[in-house]
Amino acid sequence: MSDLIQIAQDTILAPVGLIETDLDRMLGELTGSAIDAADIYFQSSRLESWVLEDGIIKEGSYNIEQGAGIRAISGDKTGFAYSDELQLPTLLEAAKAARAITRSGAERSVQIAGLPTPRQLYAPINPLPSLTETDKVDLLRRVDAEARRQDPRVKQVIVSLVGAQDVVLVAAIDGTLNADVRPLVRLNVHVIAEQNGRREQGSSGGGARKAFDFFLQEERALGYAREAVRQALVNLDAVEAPAGTMPVVLGPGWPGVLLHEAVGHGLEGDFNRKGTSAFSGRLGEQVASSCCTVVDDGTLPGRRGSLNVDDEGTESQCTVLIENGILKGYMQDKHNARLMKVDSTGNGRRESYAHLPMPRMTNTYMLAGEAEPDEIIATVDKGLYAVNFGGGQVDITSGQFVFSASEAYLIENGKVTRPVKGATLIGNGPETMTKVSMVGNDLKLDAGVGVCGKEGQSVPVGVGQPTLKIDELTVGGTGQ
Amino acid sequence: MINMQQRQTQLEQLVDDLLSEAKRQGATAAEAGVSSDSGLSLTVRMGATETIEHTRDNGLGVTVYFGQRKGSASTSDFSPQAIKETVEAACNFARYTSEDPCAGLADAGLMATELPNLDLYHPWDLAVDEAIELATRCETAARDEDERIFNSEGATLNSHSGLHVYGNTHGFIGGYPSSRHSLSCAVVGKEGENMQRDYWYTLSRLSGEMELPELVGKVAAQRTVSRLGSRRVTTQQAPVIFQADVAVGLLRSFIGAIRGSALYRKASFLLDSLDEQIFPGFVNIHEEPHLLRGLASAAYDNEGVATTQRGYISDGILQSYVLDSYAARKLGMQTTGNAGGVRNLRINSGALDLQGLLKKMDSGLLVTELMGQGLNMVTGDYSRGAAGFWVENGEIQYPVEEITIAGNLREMFMGLQEVGTDVETRSSVQTGSWLIDRMMIAGG
Repeated sequence: MSDLIQIAQDTILAPVGLIETDLDRMLGELTGSAIDAADIYFQSSRLESWVLEDGIIKEGSYNIEQGAGIRAISGDKTGFAYSDELQLPTLLEAAKAARAITRSGAERSVQIAGLPTPRQLYAPINPLPSLTETDKVDLLRRVDAEARRQDPRVKQVIVSLVGAQDVVLVAAIDGTLNADVRPLVRLNVHVIAEQNGRREQGSSGGGARKAFDFFLQEERALGYAREAVRQALVNLDAVEAPAGTMPVVLGPGWPGVLLHEAVGHGLEGDFNRKGTSAFSGRLGEQVASSCCTVVDDGTLPGRRGSLNVDDEGTESQCTVLIENGILKGYMQDKHNARLMKVDSTGNGRRESYAHLPMPRMTNTYMLAGEAEPDEIIATVDKGLYAVNFGGGQVDITSGQFVFSASEAYLIENGKVTRPVKGATLIGNGPETMTKVSMVGNDLKLDAGVGVCGKEGQSVPVGVGQPTLKIDELTVGGTGQ
Repeated sequence: MINMQQRQTQLEQLVDDLLSEAKRQGATAAEAGVSSDSGLSLTVRMGATETIEHTRDNGLGVTVYFGQRKGSASTSDFSPQAIKETVEAACNFARYTSEDPCAGLADAGLMATELPNLDLYHPWDLAVDEAIELATRCETAARDEDERIFNSEGATLNSHSGLHVYGNTHGFIGGYPSSRHSLSCAVVGKEGENMQRDYWYTLSRLSGEMELPELVGKVAAQRTVSRLGSRRVTTQQAPVIFQADVAVGLLRSFIGAIRGSALYRKASFLLDSLDEQIFPGFVNIHEEPHLLRGLASAAYDNEGVATTQRGYISDGILQSYVLDSYAARKLGMQTTGNAGGVRNLRINSGALDLQGLLKKMDSGLLVTELMGQGLNMVTGDYSRGAAGFWVENGEIQYPVEEITIAGNLREMFMGLQEVGTDVETRSSVQTGSWLIDRMMIAGG
């Protein structure tokens, strides 16, 4: 049995007096000839957050949650119930409610077995006590001071620090018993700068599945402060963004939100099983230009989107989605994999025990190409160079996607010139990917602040890409 | 089965326990909220049940003050042990937060004293089989509406009831049960290679006030089919109509810009705008927190402060900000009883329905869907993905997609020409469609 399973049992089951044979009994309740799959997901999480504003530590808060979600699947029907009371009678009642999706079948016994976890992509720590409260408060103050020190035009600084530990334990009637202990920390800086009555904002941040000292190493936290101020000052000089269709060069790292929206969601197994995605039924086809290779990789050590095992107990993996432009695979959870007769890719994720798992991304990025970034920009006569983005959104059926630039520049005669105001970029996923004409040699992953929303459920994710050029994309500015 | 009255008494006791524990641990003031919700959520897809979810959510949160220092904690665990630990955690945080002259409960004199029954609780005694039947009727109507509808994301029925209790150490305690029921449907249509989806839904506190399942399905299908064959328009400036359900977002952005937290952070494009002309003279915007069965009705706000009817825009002029006690102190003003947001906001309509607005616009863009978060609240700069219809001679010509619309909210508000009579009632922020004189459209 792996250490992670032991930690999860000690954290979740032991305090409420549940033992492994109780899990067998609950799973027995979920068996029957008509039941194809069933699982129980236990979760215990704690989260703390701190906010500095106007130079003072304004807020500190702590949240503790625990509960179990119980799911029974028959064909493509799913029954689900959950409880925040971890008492055996309550859980057995929830199991009955979940399996009411089908009425036939006799109970049988289930034997679960924990497999040794082969790797640990992050240490099974609780990051909350990894710095003293005094040191956390001191860190926030230093970030605030660093931002204000950069420039007298900085008028407002908001710094937030969040740490969380999530302990999960999954048992399923297919014999699965697995667990994960997931630390997660994040620090964000938001500044407002003012010049001649004009106000603009900038923000930056980062995070990882590590302890809080991640922010102290390499002056990371102070770096976020400098970066947020730099963006706000750039925006103070920004002119109207252009409107219309033009070549767009995207910088490395966070602009990879392009891939998350333009192809990522459309390649999630549930949409493709149901045939509602613009990529449905296109495996083996050319869906992007041949310079595009895109992967979803849950195995990057310490990254925000990484998982030792997903929320169904399946080991995470690196899945090739698009290789040299050809559609190679979808991201799967167990349910959709079973119905599509393929294997789960370890992408079964859920926001919490109170939500059903579904196929979700982990860290999604494009592999590096060969072009020098400068060389890419030099090929553009008139276009946009976008290096920082807010969020994005996609309609997976029509393929329409948007993402909003928060720092962008004009490219004129092969040179980056004036900064322009934020603007939304819009395209059609499969079409846009065929217009990627150059890929840089500077692959970078984002700093670790991504949150992905799907059907009301939020999960942490990562994105990344090298500098790349899209020959034609619509830029939603106000300028002619 | 215990009834709501007993459950409410239990939750009030829990709030009382939290406040007593906070005082016992040395807090000079404290406030606590407890909620308990349960419900059913199920989806029928392609004529068969897809998911049945039984939901049950509990939560409690406490904020303690040691003088001007503050700490908070929350949990889903209602056990006495958890209460003690949660209060301890909050008190621990208050040791490290700063003295903040603006922190604290709202003033005692502002607490609501009248707690009228706003008729928010109408539980729906709905068996799973009946719920499946309603969702099936809805989805079937959508799939049968047009032969181009070839696939579905299903019809989802949600029915939830809950209790929320809030109390603080001024002695205020309030609580009320509420219910919320909805039925939604999303279907996929195809014409040639073009695939589109759209949806529709109905929402009410009272199941009897919901639209018929067949109507919800039919509208979802019609909306989907009407988008087939969407194309782009060329980049140009043109007048734009925001259909009522998307105009709600513009009204929300207005409220976001006059919210205290955005103002004291200087993170709003409507800074220092009281008594200024924000909209044309025909515009009036007001809040009615005590509407019976209203989706956001409440007699008191999240700090126990009595809510009141309030005009925000009168003849186009900004009359009031949206403040809680913290932001009010930061700004040297008085709370407006809006901790937790506005409650039932409405903009007055003119005389034209949507058809009338199309005629008035003559030629331009009707926006029925917006994508992305392209709004900068600090500057008011607005740039979002859009889909809808191109209009000429007051008539819809063809569906449009893969375009953006851009402008600045300050100019868009002043450029408002007319508000339609086609009021969106499924939202706590209610408006008819907006006709705006001019925006930049980026397309092919």
